[in-house]
Amino acid sequence: MTSSDTILKRKRRSLILLLAPFSIMLLVFFLVPLGIMMVYSFLEPGLYGGVEWNWYPYNYGRIIGWPLNDFEEFEPIYLKIFFNSLQIAIMTVIGTFLLCYPAAFWVSRMQGAKKNFILFLITLPFFANLLVRIYAWLLLLRPTGFFNSVLQSAGLIIEPLDLLFTNFSVIIGMVYILTPFMFLPIYANVEKLDYSLVRASQDLGANPLQTFRRVILPLTAPGIIGGSVIVFIPALGNFIVPSFLGGSKVQMTGNLIERSFLQSRDWPFGAALALLIMASVVVLIVFQLSRQSKAEARGVS
Amino acid sequence: MSFLKIASAHKAYKTPDGSLIHALDDVSLNVRNNEFLTLLGPSGCGKTTLLKCIAGFEDIDAGEITLEEQSLKGVPAHRRPFNTVFQNYALFPHLSIANNVGYGLDVARIAKKERNQRVEEALELVGLEGFGNREPKQLSGGQQQRVALARSLVLKPRVLLLDEPLSALDRKMRENMQIELKNLQHTVGITFVFVTHDQEEALAMSDRIAVVAQGKVQQLAAPTEIYDEPANEFVANFVGTSNIFSGKVVAKEGRLLTIETANQRQVRAKSDQFDRGDLVELILRPEHLKLTPGGNGIPDSCIEGTVEASVFVGSDLHLHVNVGKGRTAIVHHRHNRGDDGERIEAGANVKLYYSPNAAHLIKAVGG
Repeated sequence: MTSSDTILKRKRRSLILLLAPFSIMLLVFFLVPLGIMMVYSFLEPGLYGGVEWNWYPYNYGRIIGWPLNDFEEFEPIYLKIFFNSLQIAIMTVIGTFLLCYPAAFWVSRMQGAKKNFILFLITLPFFANLLVRIYAWLLLLRPTGFFNSVLQSAGLIIEPLDLLFTNFSVIIGMVYILTPFMFLPIYANVEKLDYSLVRASQDLGANPLQTFRRVILPLTAPGIIGGSVIVFIPALGNFIVPSFLGGSKVQMTGNLIERSFLQSRDWPFGAALALLIMASVVVLIVFQLSRQSKAEARGVS
Repeated sequence: MSFLKIASAHKAYKTPDGSLIHALDDVSLNVRNNEFLTLLGPSGCGKTTLLKCIAGFEDIDAGEITLEEQSLKGVPAHRRPFNTVFQNYALFPHLSIANNVGYGLDVARIAKKERNQRVEEALELVGLEGFGNREPKQLSGGQQQRVALARSLVLKPRVLLLDEPLSALDRKMRENMQIELKNLQHTVGITFVFVTHDQEEALAMSDRIAVVAQGKVQQLAAPTEIYDEPANEFVANFVGTSNIFSGKVVAKEGRLLTIETANQRQVRAKSDQFDRGDLVELILRPEHLKLTPGGNGIPDSCIEGTVEASVFVGSDLHLHVNVGKGRTAIVHHRHNRGDDGERIEAGANVKLYYSPNAAHLIKAVGG
């Protein structure tokens, strides 16, 4: 009795020791800054950056229309930009999913060295500088760029298409840099999919479409959801891709945040924008998780 | 009208180094309606390939598979009236037991009420009533096995294909399931095609056994016939243990043949099929070789030898007897507790005899 108690105690102590570095890092570099940001978002902006320690909830008012005072007014452009960012992030998730899901099945059926080589190729873009990769798309998409000149010389178009500085070009850039984040979780899931279950489904009379919907999709859903979440979050907050490929025409919330902190030096407003993005991500994830656990409870029928 | 008929089926696989493996090499087989047929063979003999071809997971390269004279060529697995019980059960981990069993009914869009009733009946049939709400991973191996059976049987297939379904169970459970499967087959009246490498399993359950080796059906017969009258040396060795002696028929009186073995020993056997001068193989099961009791009354044809090893296996003593010129005969000697005869140890000299009725003769290879 007492000896098992001491073993339990010792186990708990070693667990605490093992978790300590991670917990401390999380606390110091994530929770504390988050707290600071939250506090700042309710403070008055200082004249040359920084904050004045006065209660000032009107930063939110500028974005969502409430509360307001004599100096701050509701500017709907921020919400518009936010919803456009949401749309771009969702399209990015869909784009990366459509690219990665079939590819994951294809790679998972390969053998040995070939498979490792393909997996290496998928992570290869990480080795090149992010700015260089995005800049390359600028060159490809601009009016005198690769796509327009090919289409023009093929006689398919007369005037160059406006590919650059559109939602389309931003989504292309996002899909391009975020594809590995979608691929790896889906691949890990597809890799361990038991093909005898697919056979069993066929054997029980399910046609290929039914097998996909009733067996393959639910069994690979964890990978799809995982990939979607870790593509969606950086896509929603991204500011590098829209500043290169969106120019001044396509703004995302990330650009607004960047500008508030670095150019207009309105820290509280930037903090308020950042917290709104975070809140919307948290709401989406909680919603998804609760739906998922409900589906599991029902047994997906 | 024939039921399930496989006619000269061929199937070859390419190995990575480019050579061909003939998994099915001219296989012809008639499966009768409502029978329990076992495909028995060592691993890699083609029995599982044959099952996959019947199920529709793979196509045969040549030949034909027909059900009631209707060719199954080009019919995909999900349209064949056959169901399979897989070796690893292949239960859907994301579905409850009831939804696993109801899967085939759901994809066939059977009305909810009938579906639920049939699921319940199927679970009852395999002794799992009340398990519907559990998850597959909460069940033991034997229970998962039953769910897999129920999931197939609920669809009332024309043929149930079973791919080594008992191999993952422990010995006791396996023996119970053998009896249950046989009873189940009797109850539902569905043709079972059962694949196994376990000869005891095959002998215990089957109406007929097809012994398969090297892509060919070696013998197709009832269990007793397979055991007592193996068609060739492979069957004799694969199903049970056999002592095989080559020899030549030197005399014939009625059905009683005298055979001279390679050891210049004269032994007897009864057969209608052979004549003087034929080269034959004499097959004797270890339990048919008996030790002569001491004293008088020694039967006229007996073989002398020296015990090389004596292995106690519980009910029997397995004796390896050197009968001269390096030939070893295996004898299963019933071990009776309280017998006056003491345990026979290595080094003992023994005399063996057998009834000529017990010997089975086959044509010598190349003879």
